[in-house]
Amino acid sequence: MTMAGRLPEPYGQGSGANLADILERVLDKGIVIAGDIRINLLDIELLTIKLRLIVASVDKAKEMGIDWWEDDPALSSGARRKELARENAELRERLAQLENGHAQVRAREEEAP
Amino acid sequence: MTGLRYVYAVCRPFGAPLQSQLKGVAGDPPRLLTHHGLIAVVSHVPERDFAEEPLRRRLEDLDWLTETARAHQSVIDALTVVTTPLPLRMATVFRDDSGVRVMLEAREDDFRRTLDRLTGRVEWGVKVYVEAEPEEGDAPVSKPASGRDYLRQRRMRVRTNEDLWRQTEEFADHLHAALSAYADDSRLHAPQNPALSGVAGRNVLNAAYLVARKDSEEFVELVDRSKDESMVSIPGIRVELTGPWAAYSFAGEET
Repeated sequence: MTMAGRLPEPYGQGSGANLADILERVLDKGIVIAGDIRINLLDIELLTIKLRLIVASVDKAKEMGIDWWEDDPALSSGARRKELARENAELRERLAQLENGHAQVRAREEEAP
Repeated sequence: MTGLRYVYAVCRPFGAPLQSQLKGVAGDPPRLLTHHGLIAVVSHVPERDFAEEPLRRRLEDLDWLTETARAHQSVIDALTVVTTPLPLRMATVFRDDSGVRVMLEAREDDFRRTLDRLTGRVEWGVKVYVEAEPEEGDAPVSKPASGRDYLRQRRMRVRTNEDLWRQTEEFADHLHAALSAYADDSRLHAPQNPALSGVAGRNVLNAAYLVARKDSEEFVELVDRSKDESMVSIPGIRVELTGPWAAYSFAGEET
């Protein structure tokens, strides 16, 4: 798909990388040197900033109407609970239908001896 | 000169010039500071953004962070065209040139050792994704005739997805083994969060491979072949290649 920049030359910029690819390397990899300007970024190994990043981008994504992961049981515990609740409701409905059908059959049996 | 010094990378002297249009973080073109036979690639950044207090605040700003990370990466990318840079982590900032020189001197041996290890090599990123079939919806499944039928269909869908995860993980393990055998070194990174990457599907493998420039074409072909194979055998799977990157994932001292 992203053919440009794949080969060793001429090192096309971007190289089909998404923002996460770039942040992953620029923020998290590379040589750590304590400069004159000391910031938490280096001391705490980026943990909180990463969390904030993800939270920030989730909010941003929501603003843009992208929220599909909220419904993905593998990614969201809320979705997992919803999934269970939905399944439960569905089964209960089916049970009701079955019982209903059963009752009708019995009623018919009683009517037609 | 006023302002602070932002250091992108350390490298050995190289003959070719950098792209003339190249702009670094905060719009200042990067320059080369030579000391003891090593080069620090440096640009000037304003105190109002890069002094300790403002920088801390700025890093909380996703737009600023994104812009700065991209600028940092574009300088590293330009360097990778002409030499083997040792990328420093984003936001490595000194008060002045002499601070940068002191740092170069203090780390001289480390830098030379790491440069020896990485010279002539680049990093390739390989990711494997899989998209599960939706458990509900479009699938042409007949309407369940009974509750038992419904449960059976549902169980089959869940089992299909479990098979898919297992197959994908096996495929990813094999791919990683094959690529590691070809590469000079490899690293496994944490799978990417789809909320951040904006990429569909579950990220099963997120790996980086250190490959000699001269072997890179063959490495790319190897990935391409596995891509074709995977698509034939496993539905919903995707192999993604990025690069060539500077050797970000291998610049640390641990190997």
